[in-house]
Amino acid sequence: MRQKLNLVKNAAGRLVPTEINGKKQTPFQGVNKYKPTGHKAAPPIRSCTDYPADGNKVVNSLQDALKKCGLKDGMTISSHHHFRNGDLVMNQVFDIAADENVKGLRWFPSAAFPCHKPIIEHIKNGVVDWIEGSLNGPLGNYASQGGMRGTGVLRSHGGRWQAVQDGEVHIDIAVIAAPTADLFGNATGDRGPSACGLLGFGLVDSIYADKVIVVTDNLVPFPCIPWQIQGQNVDFVVVLDKVGEPEKIISGTTKLTKSPDRLHIAELTAKFVKESGIMKDAFSFQAGAGGTSLAFAIFLKEMMKDADIKARFIRGGSTKYLVEMLEEGLTDYILDGQTFDLDGVRSMRENSGHQDTSPFTSYNWHGKGNFASMLDVVVLGATEVDVNFNANVVTHSDGKMLHGIGGWQNCLFSKCTVLPIPAFRNRIPVIVDEVTTLVGPGELIDVIVTERGIAINPLRKDLIQATKNSGLPIRPIEDIKDEIDKLIGGPPAKPTLTDEVISVVKWVDGTVIDSIFKMKK
Amino acid sequence: MITKYMSGPGGDKPRSDLRVYYTPSTNPLTITVQSSVYALFGESLKHQAKSICDQLDIDSGELMLEDYGALPFLVSARIEATLKKAFPELKTEVLPEMKEHSLYFSSRDRFRRSRLYLPGNQVKLMLNAGIHKPDGIILDLEDAVAPTEKEDTRFIVRNALRTLDFFGAERMVRINQGEMGLKDLEFVVPHNVHLVLIPKVESAEQLIAVDGKITEISKQCGRTTPVFLMPIIESGRGILKALEIAEASPNNVALAIGLEDYTADIGTKRTNEGTESFFARSMIVNAARAAGLQPIDTVFSDVDDETGLRESVREAKALGFDGKGCIHPRQILPLHEEFSPSEADVKKAKRIVLAFDEAESKGLGVVSLGSKMIDPPVVKRAQNTVNLAIATGMLRADWKTNN
Repeated sequence: MRQKLNLVKNAAGRLVPTEINGKKQTPFQGVNKYKPTGHKAAPPIRSCTDYPADGNKVVNSLQDALKKCGLKDGMTISSHHHFRNGDLVMNQVFDIAADENVKGLRWFPSAAFPCHKPIIEHIKNGVVDWIEGSLNGPLGNYASQGGMRGTGVLRSHGGRWQAVQDGEVHIDIAVIAAPTADLFGNATGDRGPSACGLLGFGLVDSIYADKVIVVTDNLVPFPCIPWQIQGQNVDFVVVLDKVGEPEKIISGTTKLTKSPDRLHIAELTAKFVKESGIMKDAFSFQAGAGGTSLAFAIFLKEMMKDADIKARFIRGGSTKYLVEMLEEGLTDYILDGQTFDLDGVRSMRENSGHQDTSPFTSYNWHGKGNFASMLDVVVLGATEVDVNFNANVVTHSDGKMLHGIGGWQNCLFSKCTVLPIPAFRNRIPVIVDEVTTLVGPGELIDVIVTERGIAINPLRKDLIQATKNSGLPIRPIEDIKDEIDKLIGGPPAKPTLTDEVISVVKWVDGTVIDSIFKMKK
Repeated sequence: MITKYMSGPGGDKPRSDLRVYYTPSTNPLTITVQSSVYALFGESLKHQAKSICDQLDIDSGELMLEDYGALPFLVSARIEATLKKAFPELKTEVLPEMKEHSLYFSSRDRFRRSRLYLPGNQVKLMLNAGIHKPDGIILDLEDAVAPTEKEDTRFIVRNALRTLDFFGAERMVRINQGEMGLKDLEFVVPHNVHLVLIPKVESAEQLIAVDGKITEISKQCGRTTPVFLMPIIESGRGILKALEIAEASPNNVALAIGLEDYTADIGTKRTNEGTESFFARSMIVNAARAAGLQPIDTVFSDVDDETGLRESVREAKALGFDGKGCIHPRQILPLHEEFSPSEADVKKAKRIVLAFDEAESKGLGVVSLGSKMIDPPVVKRAQNTVNLAIATGMLRADWKTNN
């Protein structure tokens, strides 16, 4: 069982452990303060003579491949989440581990989804000790109740790359599900029956893991072009009947909202981007999937057309709405981190203006710069924001852990970060005195857009000045909070949590920014 | 047999609502609370339930709340409704605080281009309705509410009128027909309802009854502002009596038509062309104009069809209507845009208004534009056009000084 952790106060005033899962931790020191030195981690030296000269790395089965990789107790197994809720591979990997009587594994996915619910059984039976990665749905719920042996670690997409390069996480075996691959291990996500667009989240795994398995249901003769994953990094190739369920790969996050309030928020957000002067020729923006963000992109597109303005690039999560902008000439490029629908997949395959990227290009603390900080504006979500603009995306106000971080923390470094959020959900206010869990420091969050008004971070005097005569409903954040608190009958009580840490939240530099505590029954 | 009283919607986990159960007994009062937001509002719910029981002098029986994130004014309404079912003789009202934002007034001549219908028991639809800026928000007690929910809905609408911010929209309620409607008035007149819609009106007597009841309640509660009325005509008989109805009350400000019931009444079906209702709609426009009221068209009910909505508004405007009903906030903007005056209209209206100002400043009794004399109704219409242009953002409020 977990041992009692020694907690210290970090620079943000949050209590965090100094050691988790046997590894010493650095408490958060402030934005842009922590710069580790030394050399990056690296995989072992290989000899090409140890690999088949004819390039054929195909083995008989997934079981075979895992055995040949030396699967054993206590290893770290990694995977990417480009198949989202349609992944058919990872449950099989842990079933095989159970058959082989392997125990105490750590799963290191870029994210886990409801389809991975069976892995809860593997935690119970000792095959898996804990999961480090974004936890969505049942696994998040299970972890919230303290079900994992070992402390959970929530990282951003960029933080995952950083952790591998730091040597904080050493991957023993990377399992990379690929919609199309050749016998050498070159692989791509933009085609094949399980096409998911790109494989950027698996790139770091392919480069740094000791052993790499590519699993595909569409083996093509060499060469597989394009090769988003390079066969030079791959040890074994496995062919299965089916690696993913396409209809679940294309997830519901791409549904446009019909809620009049959300549409109103999206429209206000687009108006803000326009009125603040951010929307100008050759600008750039990023808006994720999810109803409000999609609606924002649609409103912005109309405003761009009316003003005859063209973007230089848009960062995806791509959807058909962004693809339409590319095809209608409203942007020169989409720089895409993941494709959310089939239009995105098609466009990436066919349009040279639609470029696949990885967290390395955009989000990595140890990169020589990041695309994310070059963006003019990014539009993100949040579960809570406090009056100091600190924001939370991983827990609900009652303390329940439900969401992953994704690229959210990394995106905060854009020139302007806007969070369009409803002022309340059900009876629960979104603007609070202090966030339940600190995931994004307020100094990086510039604007909150709610249906009850827009709040600009007082640090951003330039934005306040730029929108002074815009006619937009700009109000102090405390005002909006008071209005909602009155409506809901006073602010909610604080949830009662235990002092047991079930998970920590890492900042993009690898330091610990906050802890998630187990809920009281 | 033990009788259990309840208030609340059916269905699985009604989001933002709650179910309240009460079983009378001789045992001391117990209050049980289950809530999807228990960690955050459990204690607050218990306190609220206890306080309501205290106000109503209930100290026995079992009260149970099954909550899914309802706001306090809804919680209060459902508890009060439940307890009053168990004890119909209870007279005390459990009133939430009358918020300052609920105290503004309306005026007879304000715009009524859009009126948004909301079921009186669907609180989650009401909360942000005002931010979409309809001219009027209707909390419906009539057709949008199932018969079994009607009694409870009165409490909810009453509390909503006291609590919610309608952000400047006219505060409207549609009451039920007949006796039930007169009883409905007791729940809205003391709480600053601006306008009452009366359904299925066929005679002047119906309006006189409503007016009488409003006068009686106003006296009791000390209300001094008028309650405006908008009769809705929904039958052949009503159409033929349109003028009589329009002139029946000094508080009438608008006359509306409800086409769904009307077409059924005359034995036909609604079509997009609307030939079958041409006579009725013209009657409404003429009767309303004759009595100095605003003629208001029926609801456009296909939320997804914006093109159809715009066409329908253009048609209504051409027939002489000033407004139309809607059932979804996304219909409001197209509706306002289509009811907006044309650029040419605004230009002409501006010249007339300026001419009027000039005549007034010179102390002239007659307004003229060039060689043409302008009649007072033309000036009034021009002022209305200018007001509408300002309200729809076509014209700056300070257009006279700032071009």
